[in-house]
Formats: sequence, C-alpha cells, structure tokens
Amino acid sequence: MGSGSLITLMLAAIAFSAGGIAVAKFLTKGSTNPQKGQAYECGIPSEGTPWKQFHVGYYLFALIFLIFDVELVFMYPWAVVAKKVGMMALFEIIVFIFILFMGFLYAHKKGALKWM
Amino acid sequence: MFSFQNMTQEIHSWLSSLMSETFVMLVEMTIVGILAIALFAFLGLVLVYMERKVAAVIQLRKGPNRVGPFGIFQTSADTLKLVLKEGFMPDNVDKFLYKLAPFVVMITAMLILAPIPFAKGVQIWDINIGVFYLTAISSISVIGILMAGWASNNKYSLLGAMRSGAQIVSYELSAGMAVLSIVVLTGSLNLGDIIASQEDGWWIFKGHIPAWIAFIIYIIAVTAETNRAPFDMAEAESELTGGFHTEYAGMRFALFFLAEYINIFIVCAIGAILFFGGWMPFHIGSWTAFNHVMDFIPSFMWFFGKTFFLIFLIMWFRWTFPRLRVDQLLNLEWKYLLPISIFNLLLMTLVAIKGWHF
Repeated sequence: MGSGSLITLMLAAIAFSAGGIAVAKFLTKGSTNPQKGQAYECGIPSEGTPWKQFHVGYYLFALIFLIFDVELVFMYPWAVVAKKVGMMALFEIIVFIFILFMGFLYAHKKGALKWM
Repeated sequence: MFSFQNMTQEIHSWLSSLMSETFVMLVEMTIVGILAIALFAFLGLVLVYMERKVAAVIQLRKGPNRVGPFGIFQTSADTLKLVLKEGFMPDNVDKFLYKLAPFVVMITAMLILAPIPFAKGVQIWDINIGVFYLTAISSISVIGILMAGWASNNKYSLLGAMRSGAQIVSYELSAGMAVLSIVVLTGSLNLGDIIASQEDGWWIFKGHIPAWIAFIIYIIAVTAETNRAPFDMAEAESELTGGFHTEYAGMRFALFFLAEYINIFIVCAIGAILFFGGWMPFHIGSWTAFNHVMDFIPSFMWFFGKTFFLIFLIMWFRWTFPRLRVDQLLNLEWKYLLPISIFNLLLMTLVAIKGWHF
C-alpha cells in the first residue's frame, strides 16, 4: 500500500479511540457534585492557576535541542552516502560536528545545561 | 514454504477479480485498519500482563493468578473495568485540548506502525525513507503529552508534561545518533534494505564495538523516550501523583496507558530491526547448512521473539534501577550520552568506510 495507508491508520486510531470513549459513555452513568470537578492536588484546595509563566530551564533545553535536531536532520542524507563517498565524508562531518560542538560548549560554559 | 507475501498477493488478485479498483483499495484499507486495531488490542493485553508477571518474578511474587489459568485474563478484566469507569472531566480544564490529547497520542502510536516489517513481506507501507519517517513521527507524541498536561489545569500535570517534554526531546538526539550509525553501515534509510543487509549476520555481531555502544545508547535513550522507569520523571507517582494524566479517568486514561505500551513495543521493534535483523533468522556468514536450519523458524516468530526480548530488557530495567532526579536525567543525556553517541557515530563511520566490519 502507498501513502493511503497513513490515512487508513489515522482513521483506525480515531475510530478505536472514539469508539472506546463512546462505548464507555454509553455504559456508564456519572454523578455530579461540586467537590468532584476540582483539580486533584492531593486533597488540598488548589491555589491559583498553573496557566502562567513557567521555569525557564525547560526553555533553554528546548533551544539547545533545536540546534542539535536541525543538525540531525542534515546528517540523514550524509549517513546514506557516507560509505560511498569514503574518507572525505568523515572529514567533512568532523568539521560540521566541530562547529556545532563549539556552540554546545558555549552553551555549557554559559551555564545553560545547569539545572537551577 | 509458507509466506505472507503470497497470501497478500492472492487476496489482492481475488479482490481485483470481484470488483473495481476503487473498491479493492477501500476493502484493503479496511482490512489494514482492522488488523492494526487488533494488533493494538492484542499488544495492550499481552504487554500489561507481561509487565506484571516480569515484575512478580523479579520481586519473588506470583503476580496475577486468579482470573483464568495463570491469570491470563487479568488484563481483559482490567480493560473491562476501565471501560465501565465514568469518563469524567474536571470543571476547569481546557475542554478542546483535554479531549484532543489522547487522540494525538494514539494517532502517533498508530502511524509509526506503517513502515515496520512484521515478517517477510508483511509491511503496510514500504517507504524508502523508513528510518527518517519513524524519527519524525515518534517526535509528535510529545505534543500530545504537553497538550494533556497543559489542558488539565493542574500543577502536577503541567510539571509532569514539562519534564516529559524536556526528557523526550533530549533523549531523541542520542537515539537518533544510534540509529544513524546503523544507517551509515547500510547506506540506506529503507527498513527492508536494512534487514536485507543483515542476511549474513546481525549488525550487533557484524558491526564490532561501535555497534554495541550504539545499541546500549539506543536502549537507554528509548527507555527515557517512552517515559519508563528509571526515567519515569513524567509520572513519578511519589512526586506528581500521576504526572500528565493525573486528571484523566476511564477510557481516556486507558488510551494514554495503551499508547505507552504500544510505544514500548514500537521502539523495541525498531531496535530489533536495526541491531538484530528484524525478521531475519540467525545466520552466520557462509554456514549454509546452519542458515537453512534457521530458516525453518517462521520470520514473524523471529521478529516477535527479538522484540519481546528487548521489551523484557526494558521491563527488567524498571525493577532494577532507582528513579533519577530531573537534573541527573538531563546531565546524563547532555554531558555523557550525547558526546559519546556523536563520537561513536564518527567511529562507526570510520569502521564502515575502512570496511573493518564483517
């Protein structure tokens, strides 16, 4: 099968999930009370909202990840031809990784990889 | 000999003689969809049972043993319980994203099945960039997890989702590098070609030391990517109650749970394909007689045997290592695994170019 299989699998996943949820909804009877709808934070009434500014550490990791992920995308076509091209491919990827690694070391030196 | 390829072709020609091309395609799509759903349900039941039995063996317990012989119907009973639970939604959630998140996770888990060869000639989509496709799709599941955590309007959920996001994107890099080192050896992104290249031995034996290092890095990275202990920061029960699915109940929770196990199966299947030759039987170089004997074991048994061995390995990890702290987790990736995997990739390139592998 060709790319139609993706649509098939997607529809299968949706049918499976929606079917399961629908069956559960059909079979069960819910009850309501004001306590039940609260967020579960170990029984203590919840304070404030989580929808606000968040710890910057995660953001820094996401940025560094972005650098390396783009690098990885460039390395796929390289990996396919590396064996055919020979030693030249190795030298070129060493130069490529060296430049990237400098950026990584800079981030490391700046303390971006330190967990606060 | 018995072959799936003949079977699919026969079904195709039989259908073609009955109806027009469009209907043939529709019928085949339906069959594939039903088979995929059946595989999902089967894997969910088997893997949860296996997890509990492995845990029991390691902790010198008996595990589930009441429902059916050796408790094999325990997970079916659990599923029934989950279906009968109320599909409850808390008051202050972001309703649209809260409902969408399980679907995103399930769809990604299902889409990854497309290029995986389950046996000789059994592959839903023989795509020439299979490895790249797998990497691309598997990174979407983190969006579903972040969506679930954010939409729940619960601090524990948000913390769990954020940790999970940081962890998955970090470990994706080393997993990608480990996968790339096998791509360098074979010179192809097609999973069928990668399996065919292991006809005279699996890469873990042929690829020398770099293949071993790549395999170890891969298995550590995917354990982290699937949020399994010792890297289960995202749902660390003792810290975050349930992590990103704290606010989910009933069937929606079941979908997250199922997707987690399917993801374990998929990463182990990819590991088996890349390092242990997928459905390729255990062959040694030019020992023709030995290779023929090995060919008598059907290819799907090889595939599932290898995959379940790797799943057992990952379950073993869970009951052996204590959970890491979040800073230790990120240190391990960025200060150790990533530099090692980059160096290992260069080493593998040297081995591949010089032809030092077998």
